[in-house]
Amino acid sequence: MLCEECQLRPATVHITKIINNLKSELNLCEECAKGYKDEWGLGIQPAFSIPKFFAGLLDEEAGFGTGISQGYRQESKCDRCGQTYSEFTQTGRLGCNRCYAIFGKRLDPLLRRIHGSIRHTGKVPGRAGGKLRLKREVESLRAELEQLVAQEEFEKAAEVRDKIREVEKKLRS
Amino acid sequence: MDNDDLFAGTKCKWIEGSGPYADIVITSRVRLARNLEAFPFPQALTEVQQKEVVRAIAQTLDSSAVKNKFGKFRLIVLNELTAIERQILVEKHLISPEHAELKGYRAVALDKEEMISLMINEEDHLRIQVLLPALQIHESWRKANEIDDLLEKNLNFCFSETKGYLTSCPTNVGTGLRASVMLHLPGLVITKQANRILSALSQVGLTVRGLYGEGTEAAGNMFQISNQITLGRTEEEILQNLSSVIKQIVDQERSARELLLKEARSKLEDRVYRAFGALAHARIISSQEAISLLSEVRLGIDLKIIKNIDARILNELLVTIQPAYMQKLEGRKMSPSDRDKKRASIIREKLNVKFL
Ligand SMILES: [Zn+2]
Ligand SMILES: [Zn+2]
Repeated sequence: MLCEECQLRPATVHITKIINNLKSELNLCEECAKGYKDEWGLGIQPAFSIPKFFAGLLDEEAGFGTGISQGYRQESKCDRCGQTYSEFTQTGRLGCNRCYAIFGKRLDPLLRRIHGSIRHTGKVPGRAGGKLRLKREVESLRAELEQLVAQEEFEKAAEVRDKIREVEKKLRS
Repeated sequence: MDNDDLFAGTKCKWIEGSGPYADIVITSRVRLARNLEAFPFPQALTEVQQKEVVRAIAQTLDSSAVKNKFGKFRLIVLNELTAIERQILVEKHLISPEHAELKGYRAVALDKEEMISLMINEEDHLRIQVLLPALQIHESWRKANEIDDLLEKNLNFCFSETKGYLTSCPTNVGTGLRASVMLHLPGLVITKQANRILSALSQVGLTVRGLYGEGTEAAGNMFQISNQITLGRTEEEILQNLSSVIKQIVDQERSARELLLKEARSKLEDRVYRAFGALAHARIISSQEAISLLSEVRLGIDLKIIKNIDARILNELLVTIQPAYMQKLEGRKMSPSDRDKKRASIIREKLNVKFL
């Protein structure tokens, strides 16, 4: 197939564009695709792909080729939906909520790459709410306490410490 | 479903087109991803289980708490529609292209105003979408959040203390919140600033779509900007970040337009009137050409170069010149060249009635 832009060179780059929900495909040669890239900078960057991310990780592991990574790659499987970790690295989709617990920390590098964080700080559903909100409160009070101590504001620090005790008591009840 | 207004009408809330910054911001959309604890994620389900998911959500929507607040939702089973009808829902932005194409039993629940759509068994069990005209991203969130609150009284959503709302794809985990704003930026494109400004957005956790066009005219100068990060920030932080960036872009678009009016008024007027002339008289017009000319006319209306045309008409046209909508209207499958003729006649009719 010839490049749809110049009609001269063979098309080797495939571009999907979505405009007003109309998907259209474009087949370009390297040269013309580069023109697109120059014109649009980041625009042309393909959307973040989880399989590609993992492929990249594996390459790195292979590059540093030590035996340590072998054990890390051992297959784990979700006992609820049956999805394996390597299936996930290929599809980028998890099978159920339990997958998150089963694959646990192994998801963190990916989450950090996508979100720059591995910890939820947003909305808490009402039913999980009560206790979790108290926990969050203790956390933020502790941070405040640390800062007050560092600034040698001991009187205020004592107040905050009492507050922490109070909330912790509520948490235990 | 031949006389069904959902497929033949254009009463969609976003099409009304009024609100803050409506001269530049076309729509504001919030989408929340949620999953039911009782089931694995949709693609791991049998069709029978997928039906149960639809039933569980539909039942909750039927509760008086929901009905009192949002009225009665209309449940539409996508499998019972024709491909063209599903595509019309995509063209009206009521479901995602993926939702139209996916296999399995899936549905959408719509409110009367076609402002709220609950996609069921898309990538997640539930996607709560609120789509409003103009810059109303906080208002969209307020509504989506309210629906979420009402639904979770009956439904147990997958949630973890550390990872938040659990979603099929890790790109949505945490808040499950995707907020998108559609902008019309002809000023920045004409003055060649769009690329510089928009390509900087990824550094603040935002993504831009809809700029993969050949030049920008092809895309009708429409850019959709959304948050990329869903984990580690609160909903409020995500929305605040997005809307403050949007307001900066709006300011830059406004000054670009002012500059054009000041420095190149007659050139700009010429461009706008030529676009209008072509739209008002063309007999054959492709979707791409139409969208690009409509962008120039929209600019003309916003700058009061063209008067007597309601911007709402342009929003309507964004839907009514789309392939599925036209084919439904004609009641038959149309070849691309038939569609180009029909499109031209729809546009002529719309513009002439009001103007000539
Ligand atoms: Zn080429
Ligand atoms: Zn699982």
